[in-house]
Amino acid sequence: MTQFLEISGLCARIDADGQEKEILRGVDLTIPPGEVHAIMGPNGCGKSTLSYVLAGREEYEVTAGSVQFHGQDLLAMEPEERAAAGLFLAFQSPIELPGVNNANFLRTAVNAVRRARGQEELDAVAFLKAAREAAKSLSMAPDMLKRNVNVGFSGGEKKRNEVLQMTLLQPSFAILDETDSGLDVDALRIVAEGVNRMRSPEFSALVITHHKRLLDYLKPDRIHVMAKGRIIHSGGPELAEQIDTEGYTRFLAEAA
Amino acid sequence: MPAVTETREAVEKLGQSSYKWGFETEIDMDLAPKGLNEDTIRLISARKEEPEWLLEWRLSAYRAWLTMAEPKWAKVSYPPIDYQDLHYYAAPKKKPGPKSLEEVDPELLRTYEKLGIPLHEQALLAGVELPEGEVARTPVAVDAVFDSVSVVTTFRKTLEEAGVIFCPISEAVKDHPELVRKYLGTVVPAGDNFYAALNSAVFTDGSFVYVPKGVRCPMELSTYFRINARNTGQFERTLIVVEDGAYVSYLEGCTAPMRDENQLHAAVVELVAMEDASIKYSTVQNWYPGDENGRGGIYNFVTKRGACRGARSKISWTQVETGSAITWKYPSCILQGEGSVGEFYSVAVTNNHQQADTGTKMIHIGRNTRSTIIAKTISAGQSDSTYRGLVRVLPKASGARNFTQCDSLLIGDQCGAHTVPYIENRNMAARIEHEATTSKISEDQLFYCRQRGLSEEDAVGLIVNGFCRDVLKELPMEFAVEAQKLLQISLEGSVG
Ligand SMILES: Nc1ncnc2c1ncn2[C@@H]1O[C@H](COP(=O)(O)OP(=O)(O)OP(=O)(O)O)[C@@H](O)[C@H]1O
Ligand SMILES: [Mg+2]
Repeated sequence: MTQFLEISGLCARIDADGQEKEILRGVDLTIPPGEVHAIMGPNGCGKSTLSYVLAGREEYEVTAGSVQFHGQDLLAMEPEERAAAGLFLAFQSPIELPGVNNANFLRTAVNAVRRARGQEELDAVAFLKAAREAAKSLSMAPDMLKRNVNVGFSGGEKKRNEVLQMTLLQPSFAILDETDSGLDVDALRIVAEGVNRMRSPEFSALVITHHKRLLDYLKPDRIHVMAKGRIIHSGGPELAEQIDTEGYTRFLAEAA
Repeated sequence: MPAVTETREAVEKLGQSSYKWGFETEIDMDLAPKGLNEDTIRLISARKEEPEWLLEWRLSAYRAWLTMAEPKWAKVSYPPIDYQDLHYYAAPKKKPGPKSLEEVDPELLRTYEKLGIPLHEQALLAGVELPEGEVARTPVAVDAVFDSVSVVTTFRKTLEEAGVIFCPISEAVKDHPELVRKYLGTVVPAGDNFYAALNSAVFTDGSFVYVPKGVRCPMELSTYFRINARNTGQFERTLIVVEDGAYVSYLEGCTAPMRDENQLHAAVVELVAMEDASIKYSTVQNWYPGDENGRGGIYNFVTKRGACRGARSKISWTQVETGSAITWKYPSCILQGEGSVGEFYSVAVTNNHQQADTGTKMIHIGRNTRSTIIAKTISAGQSDSTYRGLVRVLPKASGARNFTQCDSLLIGDQCGAHTVPYIENRNMAARIEHEATTSKISEDQLFYCRQRGLSEEDAVGLIVNGFCRDVLKELPMEFAVEAQKLLQISLEGSVG
């Protein structure tokens, strides 16, 4: 059986001011359907880069390796095709779109994805109903839908807005890049519940985090440790506890 | 008729173009010979059976024009125009009014079809005389300027009942000479500037609107402008007079056929608002901008000016300018009446090799006059766009206020955007505010949108429409929808 998401030997680099910079140096990672995996690792080890490469950001050049998603060659697809195929990325730093109404943006995105998936588009009324419900379940103020996308949102509000988008876009695979950072304790619980509501045999997630607390809520199936552009260790949920108390030094030493 | 072969050639040249509305209608034309001299003007005046005073007015404008030079201060460049190489008069051959759509020239109908004009409106446009009661199906009255002669005017009756006059200006000259004579050239004098003088000398048609005291015009008045014959300079003249306490909303939308050579267009629009009167003038301009390499396209040199003559009168200009190779256009307000209000809302989009130098002038003469300027400039490709605006406050304009907001959005790194605000304040009690921003559509924004499933073009459309929202919301509903689509279409291929 083909795995749901299969990353093998993935290498990627970026052209930074004329210098080729290797960031991903052979990432191997497989996520079966229905599972939630977490990636932890020191700052700058390449976690966000991995999420960007999976989502199709063109600045990163893939130099080796492959990614299979639903049996398709993910790396050959345009970013919007990946979104339509079910991939969602909650950005570590969500982007502001001045002048673009949040509800209008969401509806355009939802309908673009529905069209590509062969589903019927939502009319304005049906969409607004769904959006309001989703916003409410995330304890977002209703006026967040009327404001411009992420403009003037607080750090925590931006993160919640990412989860709102995920809820409405119904991905089969979500990457959450430090969605927990900047959230207060209550918001963290609300966001975690939002992710848990998505859990089903057809939904997988890759959660990038520095904190054990989010993982306590999400109860991931596997935790991977990333360092210097590679997955250097994988284990069960108990890894979170270990990293929390010991840090990465032991894993780094083992890998070296 | 040489025009027929000429148009046939033009149609053959169309080829496959990315310009959605690039087509030319093959229809019998009546063309004046090329060139401009007093005889040309006499011919135009004679064809239109004009009174002596108007001929004299044209001739004096022509003589003034001869002494003038093309303005050079705008930030646009183009090869010299040979004014002797243009036709100054073209009219579709007159036929008696058709009784049904079957009797209408099929070429004309095809043009309307390509423009996306619904069938019942096509009938109205083509001048089909519908049975009583079948007329009032859309609340928009349309005066189609098909080349130079207005082919037809609709909704005349409903408007007549309200006392509103809405007709081709050539007809107004015949039917309401006292009104035309009283106001023509009083806002934009015959010798105002090079292009206005040229227009005054050779204008062939345009619209005339008169709204009497206290009347709220029962519908929005709309004109589809088309430039249709090769080498025919198009010189429309529009005059709108709104009496005390009256109101009108006027829509002007344009698409033009594809052509290879540059084509001159120099219109004049004059607005007069009396006491407590209000005029809303909206434009969506989508003339052929030239191809990706900057070949062809319309030269759009327009003089638009409104006079707020009465106290508390209001003139509001809203424009969405996406077309033309070169745009030179400054819709202005002369705020004479005490407490009168001038507004200018503008979106100007340039792509490929388009050049636009556009803005407004707000002249504060009366006390407590107020003006608002919101100008959004979007540049893509190798285009160049300039906002040029003047706010002038004269000594008697105590309490005058102006607010100006100029925002530029750049797409790519080969285009240019410039803001040139002129402020001349001769009254210390006036308040003038100016804000300006420049921004770019970033890779981050595009990627964020695409990650959410939007195509790159949809993403640009969304961001651009967001950028223009403050202007688009000033447009009448159906125009706003059309304008949003236009914005996206005109920026196609500008990213990636
Ligand atoms: N566009 C870029 N230009 C230059 N360097 C880059 C670029 N993107 C990433 N890098 C570098 O690649 C490395 C990995 O960055 P990445 O953002 O993937 O780290 P991360 O693991 O997500 O870190 P954090 O935990 O701090 O979020 C860093 O050294 C970073 O500076
Ligand atoms: Mg990161």
